[in-house]
Amino acid sequence: MTDQTPALRLEGIVKTFPGVRALDDVSFAVMPGEVHALMGENGAGKSTLMKVLGGIHQPDEGRIFIDEEATVMTSPIQAKARGVVFIHQELSLADELSVAENIFLGELPRKTLGRVDWAALYARTDDILGKLNVGFNARTRVGELSIANQQMVEIARALTVDPRAVIFDEPTASLTDAEKVVLFDVIADLKARGVGIVYISHRMEEIFKITDRISVLRDGQYRGTLNTSETDEDEVTQLMIGRSLDLSRNHAHAELGEVAIEVRGLSCGKVYRDISFSVRRGEVVGFYGLVGAGRTEIAETIFGLRDPDAGAIYLDGKEVRIASPIDAIRHGISLVPEDRKGQGLVLGMNCRDNMTLPQVDDMTSSVFVSERAELSIFDHYKDKLDIRTPGWRQTVGNLSGGNQQKIVIGKWLSMNPKLLIVDEPTRGIDVGSKAEIHNLIRDLATQGYAVIVISSEMPEVLHLADRVVAMHQGRIVREFTAEEVTEDSLIQAISGIGGNGAAQADVTAQDAGCSRPH
Amino acid sequence: MNKETLIKQGGIWVFILVELAFFSIAGEFLSVTDVAFMDYGNMLLLLKQSAPIGIIALGMTIVMINGNIDLSVGATFALAAIVLLDSMTWPFMQALGDWAIPLAWLFALLTGTVLGAINGLIVWKTGVDAFIVTLGAMLGYRGLVFMYNGEQPTSHLNWTLVDFAEAQFLGLHTATWFLLGAALVLWLVMTRTVHGRNAYAIGNNREAAVNAGIRVGPHFLWNFMLIGFLAALSAVVFYSESGSVNPNDGMLYELWAITAVVLGGTKLTGGYGSIISTLGGVIAIQLLRKGLGHIGADTETVNLVIGLILIAVLFLDRQLNRRGKEELKT
Ligand SMILES: Nc1ncnc2c1ncn2[C@@H]1O[C@H](COP(=O)(O)OP(=O)(O)OP(=O)(O)O)[C@@H](O)[C@H]1O
Ligand SMILES: [Mg+2]
Repeated sequence: MTDQTPALRLEGIVKTFPGVRALDDVSFAVMPGEVHALMGENGAGKSTLMKVLGGIHQPDEGRIFIDEEATVMTSPIQAKARGVVFIHQELSLADELSVAENIFLGELPRKTLGRVDWAALYARTDDILGKLNVGFNARTRVGELSIANQQMVEIARALTVDPRAVIFDEPTASLTDAEKVVLFDVIADLKARGVGIVYISHRMEEIFKITDRISVLRDGQYRGTLNTSETDEDEVTQLMIGRSLDLSRNHAHAELGEVAIEVRGLSCGKVYRDISFSVRRGEVVGFYGLVGAGRTEIAETIFGLRDPDAGAIYLDGKEVRIASPIDAIRHGISLVPEDRKGQGLVLGMNCRDNMTLPQVDDMTSSVFVSERAELSIFDHYKDKLDIRTPGWRQTVGNLSGGNQQKIVIGKWLSMNPKLLIVDEPTRGIDVGSKAEIHNLIRDLATQGYAVIVISSEMPEVLHLADRVVAMHQGRIVREFTAEEVTEDSLIQAISGIGGNGAAQADVTAQDAGCSRPH
Repeated sequence: MNKETLIKQGGIWVFILVELAFFSIAGEFLSVTDVAFMDYGNMLLLLKQSAPIGIIALGMTIVMINGNIDLSVGATFALAAIVLLDSMTWPFMQALGDWAIPLAWLFALLTGTVLGAINGLIVWKTGVDAFIVTLGAMLGYRGLVFMYNGEQPTSHLNWTLVDFAEAQFLGLHTATWFLLGAALVLWLVMTRTVHGRNAYAIGNNREAAVNAGIRVGPHFLWNFMLIGFLAALSAVVFYSESGSVNPNDGMLYELWAITAVVLGGTKLTGGYGSIISTLGGVIAIQLLRKGLGHIGADTETVNLVIGLILIAVLFLDRQLNRRGKEELKT
């Protein structure tokens, strides 16, 4: 590839934020037709580097070349005009607009007098959506889509122009396996057309499946580039975190205690039906299924965010009614929600205040909040979860994606819950911290907590759970013990017995029969 | 305090300094009087005159941080004033002599608090947007004001009260003390108490707040009661001295209060703002009015200039903030 000129090249990029040197003299190049992985821990500077490239941030120093031509990127619009398309880690869609309007936002096709050419708009959009093989159409309102499908809309945006380079910042974080396959096809197609692709992800399997080269950042510094075919996970991890990880750590399974929660015959409109299961103290139960299978909604019901139509919930053998999160918290239930930005964090608040939000009430000395108690909680979980932030005063919105997730996890762990429900707990979290969080979850179980893990990542479920509940279209299809579960049997179960895995069930809050009252 | 908040919260005070410098210098050439603009007495008076809108603006700050707005404060202000003055003419009150004063205050403050509670309850229980609810309340409460005495002013002058209102303690007028006192209390409430913390959280991300087990409704209610109380307090402070209220008094106060709050950097969308900066916003507006008067501008010009400056300042603020955190994907 040395005889070619790079599709894009960054040279000596430096970018500082107050208190953080996010990028320190980083150079990086992508060849045409190459899929180039960018890896690094949470907060290493991956997103920042790409935002510099995409015209969102201006670098303090350094230069950008497109086809070896020096360019100054002043805005995302200009970057797109120069052929650099950016698919963001965090969704940035207008909920009230249609899919088509979102995809062509800022460049709606026009007729005379500035009128929108709706026919052309919908035709072009359906064309793009056809390539992506999705279960919604151009006129669907974006707010009605699941997160996974919203992610597909973001991806569709990149296909409206003829790009030189496309940046994917953790695109698969909320995609199902079926959707990932579609995404990888799209990437292969772009690659064949000679487009340079930057692919950011924390998932090793993907990286080794689709990328040609891997560049690693660590603490804002460039650490080197490896050819994917000549390296392995261990070497990449070494480069990323400076040590290797023993991922195969065999967890001591805890002594099982009493049944902490039992759910009998829970139903909620068309979202899920007739759900019965139980979790004992010291046990981790994994819920696995396609996005839309109803797992999140069950969690929301247990946490008091939804009212079920039928069924009952028993805690410690006693039937309880959980009408609101307040009830749930009082009963010692914690939920780490799947959408950290929308449901988990108060982005404009600082790190400490976010972490202690559910319990400031209990930390008042006289009328005032006890800041010392809050700080000690924050410091404890900052160390325990290795949260990278210049200090507790930092606004959470300024943290890297993975560190934001750690704040949410810290928040709910600090409540010392009896039952901890985690929905996609390691979405967007780097390998080191992921292992850390997994250990933490297992430790909690050992200490006698009951844990429910909802995950779309099969390795995570297999690794963590003592028991796996497989769901398909709102029903529990099978339960496996850790001994009997295998990848194949699980895939078979969640795709409907004998069915094909392409069930595009997209149950949304809108068409759901049972409401989310809060 | 980090650099970012310093830029955001320091801005209004820099603006005040600029105003002071400008009017002092311009005053040398254009002033209609001989008194220097920065005259000590003049400044004290300025603080006193800031108090009525200022006290309301403090309440508006917490309501807006919480993600709501209250358009009914002007009408609440007028109704509380009527209750204050009229109640002192009631026979049993007159029999009490000067003891009627604290009672009249109590009635007025209670009126404001109850009106605020009505707003808060409606917003909480119906889930209708605060803008709509308080727009209705603005018309409704003003209707009550007119029902009370028709187009006639309501008057009652109590000299003990006037003496109290005109008193100066450590140089500052009674009204100024009320403004500063209210600011101190609310600052503590917003920065140090659970209620304040939760109000910010709700304004910033309501869903996350609900998920954290925070009851949104009661916080709304408290804040509306607080702003109702403060609107009444503002009336108490002002009408103790003037002794006469017209049914149109307090009109547009809600907009002046919002102007001061926004000038102080509080976000219209909620979740961000500070009591102290609102105090700055209040003083900045009063300085503008007084300063422009000082150099001979008439009221119409003053309003025009304030309007333009508001837009200019917010634009500047936006530019500054964008520099601070560019990641806003606008
Ligand atoms: N707007 C900002 N203001 C202040 N600090 C910022 C800002 N954006 C990013 N940072 C900081 O810069 C560093 C790099 O962040 P970045 O988002 O690039 O990390 P990342 O490698 O993408 O991590 P992740 O894998 O968690 O997404 C972090 O320490 C982050 O807190
Ligand atoms: Mg990132």
